[in-house]
Amino acid sequence: MTIQDVKDILEASVLEGGDRMNEEVETACGSDLMSDVLAFVKEKAVLITGLINPHVVRTSEMLDITCIVFSRGKLPSQEILEEAEESGITVLATNMTTYTACGELYMHGLPGSKRRAPAEGA
Amino acid sequence: MAVLMEKKFPVEAGAYESAGEASTTIKRTLKQLGVSADVLRHVSVACYEVELNLVIHSDGGVLTLQVEPDKVTLISKDVGPGIPDIDKAMTEGYSTANEEARTLGFGAGMGLPNMKRNATEFDIQSEVGVGTTITMSFALKG
Repeated sequence: MTIQDVKDILEASVLEGGDRMNEEVETACGSDLMSDVLAFVKEKAVLITGLINPHVVRTSEMLDITCIVFSRGKLPSQEILEEAEESGITVLATNMTTYTACGELYMHGLPGSKRRAPAEGA
Repeated sequence: MAVLMEKKFPVEAGAYESAGEASTTIKRTLKQLGVSADVLRHVSVACYEVELNLVIHSDGGVLTLQVEPDKVTLISKDVGPGIPDIDKAMTEGYSTANEEARTLGFGAGMGLPNMKRNATEFDIQSEVGVGTTITMSFALKG
């Protein structure tokens, strides 16, 4: 699935990264808890969240998350969008709730992120 | 083995706004050095978790990055308050984080176990009233 597909399915608007709509995404995660996102998410993922602060972008950058979707019509500040631009992360906004947005993407075949295996030697 | 690079990043207690800046710099530095995406992600996640821990739980500390030909090492050394029960602190879901950390989406009690899971080698030493030192190394695959 591409970020463009995510945008269409979620009837979302593009707030940042309109030139990267053809990038592929392989998994998704819906959470307001960045601690859990850090523990579970893999690369090439979409993060759907109702939490709006710069740590959503910083967490995403650490994990190589390619796309953040802010749910329930909430809009991030310019400062957050600038951080996303610097990190090369696409930002979408949808009026759907996190639950509905996750459900729509799942129905269209985008699987959830599974917990990764322990690091080698750990 | 010879240390190719060493950088120190002071981390201020309670500086929630800037938390993550050291990790962002470290990630970009290692990327420029050509560290593979897979290893880079493990280092970045563990680094972000340990930096947040310094901000949320410590009285301030220093994060040190060391790069050697075969591994990357992160050392977090703070000046207190120390962890009374390390086994408890290492348990998933156990957290002593304050409301401010939780509002930002952290403090779920995943940090230390997640560092251990991402690092190749993980060591934590702590003494109440003295401080905590966490040493994590990450093997660079050839």
